[in-house]
Amino acid sequence: MPGTFIDVRVDASVARDPEIAKKLEEICPVSIFAAEPSGVRIVEENLDECVLCDLCLPAAPAGKIQIVKLYE
Amino acid sequence: MRFYEYEAKALFRRHGLPLGKSQLIEGPEQARTAFSALGGGPVVLKSQVLSGGRMKAGAVRFADDAAAAEAAAAAIFPIRVNDQACRSILVEEKTQVEKEYFVAITWDGRAKRPVCVFSDMGGIDIEEVALSHPEHVSKTHFSTIVPLMPHVAKQAVAATGVTGSDLNKLAPIVFELMKIFLAYDLTLAEINPLAKLADGRFIVLDGHIDLEAEARGQHKKLLADLGIGDDETRQARPPTAFELAGVRVNSADHRGVAGNVVEFDGNLGLVIGAGGGSLTLFDAVRKHGGQPANYCEIGGNPSMSKAKELTKLILSKPGVEKIAVMMNVVSNTRVDIVARGVIKGCLEAGKDPAETIAIFRIPGAWEEEGFKILKKYGVDFCDRSVSMYDAAGRAVAKLRK
Repeated sequence: MPGTFIDVRVDASVARDPEIAKKLEEICPVSIFAAEPSGVRIVEENLDECVLCDLCLPAAPAGKIQIVKLYE
Repeated sequence: MRFYEYEAKALFRRHGLPLGKSQLIEGPEQARTAFSALGGGPVVLKSQVLSGGRMKAGAVRFADDAAAAEAAAAAIFPIRVNDQACRSILVEEKTQVEKEYFVAITWDGRAKRPVCVFSDMGGIDIEEVALSHPEHVSKTHFSTIVPLMPHVAKQAVAATGVTGSDLNKLAPIVFELMKIFLAYDLTLAEINPLAKLADGRFIVLDGHIDLEAEARGQHKKLLADLGIGDDETRQARPPTAFELAGVRVNSADHRGVAGNVVEFDGNLGLVIGAGGGSLTLFDAVRKHGGQPANYCEIGGNPSMSKAKELTKLILSKPGVEKIAVMMNVVSNTRVDIVARGVIKGCLEAGKDPAETIAIFRIPGAWEEEGFKILKKYGVDFCDRSVSMYDAAGRAVAKLRK
């Protein structure tokens, strides 16, 4: 379920990569990503904390992470 | 934050101000021992509360023997003074007072400097003296930049007509009080009465100290020495459940500030802040005839959830019809994050943000993003071209509709 203001989408082709999951978990300052054995999990309650820093974008191959502003 | 009288006197004692003999007691049974320890002469027993009006409430009593001291203590302990419970009793030797003086150092907001108020008519309400006998009250400003010199204190005393040896004995006491005021970031250092005894000595009979709450961190050692814990807010009254909930909101998340919540009786909830903005905005709401439901301070870039929880708390207060979200121009707080927080707070409280937020006036960092969010939810907002005063007026006007 997306947040009220922000949704973050991880492309299925990288969502199960444990390395990318680990990177995303480490890099997000507001803990939107959780690294699990099965890959990355989006922590839904933190979605609206997103500060739009875009640090997650280069942690995965180009275009595989999408930050969606639901108010636009 | 206020100090109890015994704490103020402990601070005075450190700085060599003249004080009578005293003992602090925690229960009536200790009164006899204190009486003996003070020499067995007449004593005065004073309830330790953070409030004036002790004498009128019967919380200051005199005793000439040990049994009377114990009886007086037993009578004082249950007395609440302006809803303040008695923490302990200060037992002091009773002195033969010939004349009483008043001295207080405080801030003059208009002059933006400390001011020493001195009167040779102490022991009574200084405002009353200032009205009825203005020639007996002096006001002497001094600098926080130029080193403080003893002659400033002497001028303050001499201005009320005090001369001779009394002037020479009083001036050093006033000078020391000025130094204490500056050294400990106080907002008030007061001695009333400062008594001249029959034998010509001067002593401090009662003292009042208020420390700037924001300076607590700088004076941790002093507070620890005086036994004042971090959890003691020392406000004029005990915190309400609403205010305690505000403390929990602020402490639950380390990001930014959304706290200092103070409860009032009005119907307009306030989410306000930014470098003095809270006080300005609160006053502006009042000036427009509005009735704030609360005071608070947000800033330092609070997280979305922190702004949300504060909003929910304010909206949960009975009688709150709308909230006004207003700050000065912000640079270190994100407009969009606060916008998300207050809107989500409304939604989670089951309210329509467009109807509930009377005005959103936070210009500054990330305002374009914030304004997009506010537009989406139909919230009335304005940028820095609308003054804080006018924004407050718009919020108050909406409540009148």
